[in-house]
Amino acid sequence: MISEIRKEIISNIEKEIIISQLSKNKREDGRGLFDFRDINIIPSPVEKAEGSAFVSLGKTKVLVGVKVSPASPFPDTPNEGIFVVNTEFSPVASPLFELGPPSEYAIEVARVVDRIIRSSEMIKLDELAIIPGELVWMINIDVYALDDNGNLIDASLIGALAALYVGYLPRVEIIDEEKKKIQIVKEEKYPIPLRDMPVSFTFAKIGDILLLDPTRIEENIMDARLTLAINNKGEICSVQKGEGGGFKLEDILLAKDIALKKANDIRKIINDQLVKKPRGEEAWNEIRGLAHGSNKES
Amino acid sequence: MVVVMKNNLILLDEKGRRSDGRRWNELRPVNMAVGILERADGSAIVETGKTKVLAAVYGPKEMYPKHLAMPDRAILRVAYRMASFSVEERKKPHPSRREIELSKVIKEALEPAVILEEFPRTVIDVYVLVLQADGGTRVASINAASLALADAGIPMKGLVTAIAVGRLGNQVIVDLNDLEDKYGDADMPIAYIPSTGEITLFQMDGTMPPDMFNKCLEVAIETLNKMHEFQKEALKSKYLTSKKKTNS
Repeated sequence: MISEIRKEIISNIEKEIIISQLSKNKREDGRGLFDFRDINIIPSPVEKAEGSAFVSLGKTKVLVGVKVSPASPFPDTPNEGIFVVNTEFSPVASPLFELGPPSEYAIEVARVVDRIIRSSEMIKLDELAIIPGELVWMINIDVYALDDNGNLIDASLIGALAALYVGYLPRVEIIDEEKKKIQIVKEEKYPIPLRDMPVSFTFAKIGDILLLDPTRIEENIMDARLTLAINNKGEICSVQKGEGGGFKLEDILLAKDIALKKANDIRKIINDQLVKKPRGEEAWNEIRGLAHGSNKES
Repeated sequence: MVVVMKNNLILLDEKGRRSDGRRWNELRPVNMAVGILERADGSAIVETGKTKVLAAVYGPKEMYPKHLAMPDRAILRVAYRMASFSVEERKKPHPSRREIELSKVIKEALEPAVILEEFPRTVIDVYVLVLQADGGTRVASINAASLALADAGIPMKGLVTAIAVGRLGNQVIVDLNDLEDKYGDADMPIAYIPSTGEITLFQMDGTMPPDMFNKCLEVAIETLNKMHEFQKEALKSKYLTSKKKTNS
């Protein structure tokens, strides 16, 4: 197997302090155990992408771009569109990331995000056929981590949701159906057909303590990780357990209750920002602005 | 003024306006900010119009594999990558030959400015990510990388500043956009260390009559001095903002 270093070495004394503080419900950034960090979404900064979003979850930052292109459908789903989630965790985001093919961790995150979008049926794939059986839209969702300060899974999902939400499909003129000849009219844009917005909640288990939305330092000392995704009907639509340690049954039930309770609030925070925030060139003012404001909170 | 047209595109109109309305020596809006990433030792974002480039620097740190370390100086490594969605047609994430060549020439543009002798047996890594490409990504990368190196506190003889100049017909132009890069008559990216006067990156494609070659270089140096001011402002503003924060 590929061995990779995912965690920084942390001194026992630091670890003990963090754990003893956690047992008093105190976290390094002052949050409660089950508080999410601030979510800041900047929609559509990248004009060259059909959809894009810059997301910061506390100090964790990702940039997600959506590119659409006509492609041949899979033989078993000839009338359905295709989407692919890909993560690029380059060394820009962390000294632990390396150049080269995606790490096991990056692939895991991409597959979890893919699965959440797939099981929630967020994208109406059946509305993505161009010439049924012959040509369909392929949606590439590329997640670029820019700054890893913990919980890239939830940040990546929020980025993917946001980029899809503000994304568009260009109008297509079918010139010759037989020969699969089409013309793309970029100027005419239609929203990507979506029906649902899933949200995810990643928990960490450190000793006996369960907490939500771990920071980088908490990830470094966590024993196990659990991600639960909730669709807008209030159903659980994906689960992923990660890392070497385990969870007790009551941890999982508690995590489920918290995720269900918080799902609507998080969805509202995401929705509000997608509707209200400035887009395009103006979005970069905010991205740049994060530069000097980024030290103030976690 | 002669109208320059290529593929039914007007690159230069009779009033001397370029495809995006600029004059021959006009820069696109420039924005630079340093220290925007938490994890990297140094970082910077540089925007020239729609071209947006992010740079992150790590080091000096221990070199692995160890046999590549130099006993008398640090090694500088540069990786230039484009985000898959930074261009019109999705770019596959694995590095292209172009990205590998650009990584090399960007490294060689930065090397003369960095005082590598201060850190023997170590490595300094520079990662450049193009978030959106609209012409001039290599020069924006050099501007961003040199700011990120400075932000990481790495000793340098001076900042490395870069700009592209080029030719539309018999007109010299500065800061080429994507259309001018693709359909113009010549594209000449130049990097320069203002404090030492060294030119550290020099490339050209297209064709250039000898008299315009001189003019291009002259215009380039003039514009590079402007860009150098933007870089100094960006570095200063990081410390001015943090000072304001401490005082408030």
